[in-house]
Amino acid sequence: MAVVVTSTLVKPRALAGAPLRATQDPRWVRWLLTGIALGFLAFFLLLPLAAVFGEALRRGVGAYFAAVGDADALASVKLTLIAALISVPANVVFGVAAAWCIAKYSFRGKSLLTTLIDLPFAVSPVISGLIYVLVFGAQGWLGPWLIEHDVKIIFAVPGIVLATTFVTFPFVARELIPLMQAQGSEEEYAAITLGANGWQTFWRVTLPNIKWGLLYGVILCNARAMGEFGAVSVVSGHIRGETNTMPLHVEILYNEYNFVGAFAVASLLAVLALVTLVLKSIVEWRHAHAHVQAHAR
Amino acid sequence: MSLLRKQHSVLPGFGLSLGFTLAYLGLIVLVPLSAAFLKTAGMSWADFVAAVASPRVMAAYRLSFFASLAAASVNAFFGLIVAWVLVRYAFPGKRILDALVDLPFALPTAVAGIALTAIYAKNGWLGQWLEPQGVKIAFTEIGVFVALTFIGLPFVVRTLQPVLEELQPELEEAAASLGANRWQTIARVLLPELFPALLTGFALSFARALGEYGSVVFISGNMPMRTEIVPLLIITKLEQYDYRGATAIAVVMLTASFGLLLLINLIQKWSRRHHRV
Repeated sequence: MAVVVTSTLVKPRALAGAPLRATQDPRWVRWLLTGIALGFLAFFLLLPLAAVFGEALRRGVGAYFAAVGDADALASVKLTLIAALISVPANVVFGVAAAWCIAKYSFRGKSLLTTLIDLPFAVSPVISGLIYVLVFGAQGWLGPWLIEHDVKIIFAVPGIVLATTFVTFPFVARELIPLMQAQGSEEEYAAITLGANGWQTFWRVTLPNIKWGLLYGVILCNARAMGEFGAVSVVSGHIRGETNTMPLHVEILYNEYNFVGAFAVASLLAVLALVTLVLKSIVEWRHAHAHVQAHAR
Repeated sequence: MSLLRKQHSVLPGFGLSLGFTLAYLGLIVLVPLSAAFLKTAGMSWADFVAAVASPRVMAAYRLSFFASLAAASVNAFFGLIVAWVLVRYAFPGKRILDALVDLPFALPTAVAGIALTAIYAKNGWLGQWLEPQGVKIAFTEIGVFVALTFIGLPFVVRTLQPVLEELQPELEEAAASLGANRWQTIARVLLPELFPALLTGFALSFARALGEYGSVVFISGNMPMRTEIVPLLIITKLEQYDYRGATAIAVVMLTASFGLLLLINLIQKWSRRHHRV
């Protein structure tokens, strides 16, 4: 045993010309693989990102801000925010409820339920929109009734909210289920034993424990909600200034050859994506930190 | 409730949380999805076959299948290298690069689509150099492949990373001390350990590529029989008010996606068992 300890303390790689460890690659392999990885990521990730901002600013800063401040562009920003503000909280409530019943109890059909929650991720965005047309469209199940009562869902804001809710459905739940399963229920049992009721236990014990996982799910859910294109495209009807979300407005401007306008709105979405990545990294770091502290206790 | 027999628990809220979960799942996901299957069930078999197996639709299946396969393969190869480099080596900017791998998840697909077109179109950033050489990417099958590679990029990296991090150094040390050279260690010891995760990442990337719409439609040019993907065909049929035709193709796609989802679950189950032994 003592021999092993000394050998790790000496750190053989610090010695010049020392043989490589079994887990180390020769220097040329390291350089080659790092080069390939960096080249691949630069080509497929950095170049498209640079293209968005480069094209948006091609006619100068003035044209950029004129495009961003356009009335239709602002209307699309507003609609995107509305869709996210309804669908994200709805999926948060669902995610917490689903994680509570799946992680805290055992019942038959639990693994089937967990699989069904992931189902929307396996559905093509276009089909996610189509199925709501089949239910609420003029030809759909509820179509005649809706027309009779003058309720518009498809080609209107409610359809956009529904399609957005569908494509972002699993994000919060799939973050919380494994987290709450790993945390167990001991702290909740203790709270109940000490006389807390169910809601008090949830707000004061469970929620503080899951807050980072919840925030992580919300960040991912929100990014997808604001950026969804295919599903929303099917149900929106593309009415300028009324049923255009930001990604749809990008498409319209692009197809009208208004490239500066399209890339200017696209650049706002790219900034949103970058902010999402930064927040996600921070939460991952805090989460890992909290985890380590909890274990240290 | 008799079907969903629960174990006795002192925690309250089982009925409320399960009831809400089932109601929400049913209303948002299951009922609308069943609408697609029921709509198609009302079609005659001949109509169904005519809708899902016409030459134009077959050409779209072929393109979607092979472009997704090629994109997932490229992502499996480069994803393995990227994951290896991010876990094993140290270099400046590594944390930023690691975070950036998720960009295709965070960037709206329409934005990716127009950005890739701006790069590869005839007068684009790279296109202006490539087209004189006779390499056409935008508005060809290669363009579809490039877009699908972009959106599937994170899957292989993200499924491999945790497995690579948990690999015991003893595995490689044992192989080396028994006389294996580095290549033998990688081929016979590391790759078999990584294989289930690699396969999962490949399947996830493939499944995502099959259904992708936003990033492809701008760069593909959408020519019938040549660069038309299956999701676009559904949109085209919808715009022609051919709801039955659109739904029939959707049902074929849904069946394929659910089959893939099942396959991915089986791979993961198999790899967990493989790991325990």
